[in-house]
Amino acid sequence: MSRALITMPTAAKRGDVVEIRTLIAHPMETGYRAGEDGRILPRNLIRRLTCHYDDVQVFGAELFPAIAANPYIVFSTLATASGTLRFTWSGDNGFAQTESVVLTVT
Amino acid sequence: MTLRRRHLLARASGLVGAVWLRPARATADELAAAVAAFAAGAPVREGRVEFEIAPLVENGNAVPVTVRAQSPMSEADHVTAIAIYNESNPQRDVAVFHLGPRAGRAQVATRIRLATSQQLVAIAKMSDGSCWTKTVDVLVTLAACVEPGP
Repeated sequence: MSRALITMPTAAKRGDVVEIRTLIAHPMETGYRAGEDGRILPRNLIRRLTCHYDDVQVFGAELFPAIAANPYIVFSTLATASGTLRFTWSGDNGFAQTESVVLTVT
Repeated sequence: MTLRRRHLLARASGLVGAVWLRPARATADELAAAVAAFAAGAPVREGRVEFEIAPLVENGNAVPVTVRAQSPMSEADHVTAIAIYNESNPQRDVAVFHLGPRAGRAQVATRIRLATSQQLVAIAKMSDGSCWTKTVDVLVTLAACVEPGP
């Protein structure tokens, strides 16, 4: 489990655009870099982030080695109804993590 | 005699130029190819996309970028994807973001790595299939990948 931070409002008016900021602790090793012994460090990346709003995907991101360590991704969604936003990161070496945030829509 | 010498010099400088320019041109071609592959045959035009990045980057290990596309983000007219490509990193892809009318706003932000001073392209694909781009040039003083990063 990596430390993941999701910053977003927990309450919104219907039709509001909600800004979501996500950050997850991960080295994002590119596979192009040499370690201290001079050998290339094996690639270890988060490849994908998805956001499901009540089981409907509202956002997806494909990440490549050019994304900085501890991937920080900001996006937005339309507040439609009270529900749960599910964030899923997946990547190399079977990395998978899911976090949920409940959004109350009035 | 002088004419011949001049020819020789011109040819020699041309040769040097060719040798030096080839890698740069090769990666620029790769960049154009990556953008064309993303567009998948759709016409690619300049405009409708804003690309926020510092023109002079001190640390290439984490460069904040924001890409914004002009779109009403309605069911009929929205951005389906935003992608970023680079010219001189080991790999052309930086990120691909999938959006839809439920995004509310066609804007994404992240932090990227830059191996050297280079050109970056942001491209937005609209729901009608058209693609819009914005190209920026950035100068990087401390490159990513050189020092063991954080």
